[in-house]
Amino acid sequence: MPHEHHGSEHIQAEIDAALRTKALEALLVEKGLITTDVIDEIVRLYEQDIGPLNGAKVVAKAWTDPAYKQRLLEDGTAAIAELGFTGSQGAEMVVLEDTPTVHNVVVCTLCSCYPWPILGLPPTWYKSFAYRSRVVREPRVVLREFGWELPESIEIRVWDSNSEVRYMVLPERPAGTEHLSEGELMPLVTRDAMIGVAKVEAPQALQGGE
Amino acid sequence: MNSIHDMGGMHGFGPIKREENEPVFHHAWEGRVFGMAGTPVPGGFRYAIERMDPVHYLASSYYEKWLFVKTQGLIEAGILTQEQLDDRITYFRNNPNATPPQRHDPELVQRFLADLRSPESLRREISIEPAFDIGDSVKARNMHPVGHIRLPRYARGRRGLVASFYGIQDINDTLPPGVDAQPQPLYSVRFEARELWGPSAEPNCAVYLDMWESYLEPA
Repeated sequence: MPHEHHGSEHIQAEIDAALRTKALEALLVEKGLITTDVIDEIVRLYEQDIGPLNGAKVVAKAWTDPAYKQRLLEDGTAAIAELGFTGSQGAEMVVLEDTPTVHNVVVCTLCSCYPWPILGLPPTWYKSFAYRSRVVREPRVVLREFGWELPESIEIRVWDSNSEVRYMVLPERPAGTEHLSEGELMPLVTRDAMIGVAKVEAPQALQGGE
Repeated sequence: MNSIHDMGGMHGFGPIKREENEPVFHHAWEGRVFGMAGTPVPGGFRYAIERMDPVHYLASSYYEKWLFVKTQGLIEAGILTQEQLDDRITYFRNNPNATPPQRHDPELVQRFLADLRSPESLRREISIEPAFDIGDSVKARNMHPVGHIRLPRYARGRRGLVASFYGIQDINDTLPPGVDAQPQPLYSVRFEARELWGPSAEPNCAVYLDMWESYLEPA
């Protein structure tokens, strides 16, 4: 359940939504406009197959294969398709590279556009009015809320996904991971890092001993 | 249209609430609504959401909006009637264990998956000479059409620099009746935070927006 609603009104709204959904599905099936197994398959795909692991593969490959990274930054759509990731909300992909002096963060202020083929469906916070309204105006404050304090010397670029182009951040490879393989790097790359609201951290064992 | 959906820069929505290990769908009905997205909403899905009453928009969750506009769109198009819908709702309310009728078509699923894997891009391989070059100074037009538009209010009238060129792409805006949406050059334009937000802007920040050529004028 989303955290902000616990009232009985909200529970009633959920029951109503479930009933209205059943009614709509029943009518669309009866009228031959949709089949049950198409709905089942879409739910299965986005619950099980299409998620941030796809994006993590793209990032880990870019970190370990300079030629791939170059292709990825020049033509994101084609380079992502090389790994087999194509689909709805990913017809035009642009990959934004973080550097020691520039950090990128992605939003959709008008809607909740998001690169589904590589990140799956967006988390609720990405679709929230708070994130959509605030990150274009006060990205530093928003990133601080996510636990990331960026020095003023680092430029922040906020990408508002207002056309059908979809954006993904190529985060910086964390220090101390130079000897890790693509397969070892992949699990370090989080969804939030590819949206641009989190840093990729090196595994604890590789971080400076304090 | 200047509706509540155009939220960039607004105050008052509070902190960003996050949920650890969030499921893809919080309720089974959300997945079903998402799965029915293939049946198009006549007149455009996003424009339908933008035309929701603002109070309703703010009070509805993401998939409640999807469910509402899909249902209303199909009713308005004459594909469903309100009576049919109410009738089924009453039936499922009185029979909580009943499920919608089933229809299966494995071939259709395969066709559907093939379509999903090769989405249609808005990019068009036609030659139109772009009016602007990378590095050009431009201004977002101050325009307020009642139809669907992808130019957020916070950028209208603001100056920026063309950062890159995304080729020739179809435009999604709702145009007046009889006017065909011609594909246009699409640019990425960089707006300095200070240009958008004035003295309250955070230091060393910029916003990038995708701009069809008709959104821009020379500056």
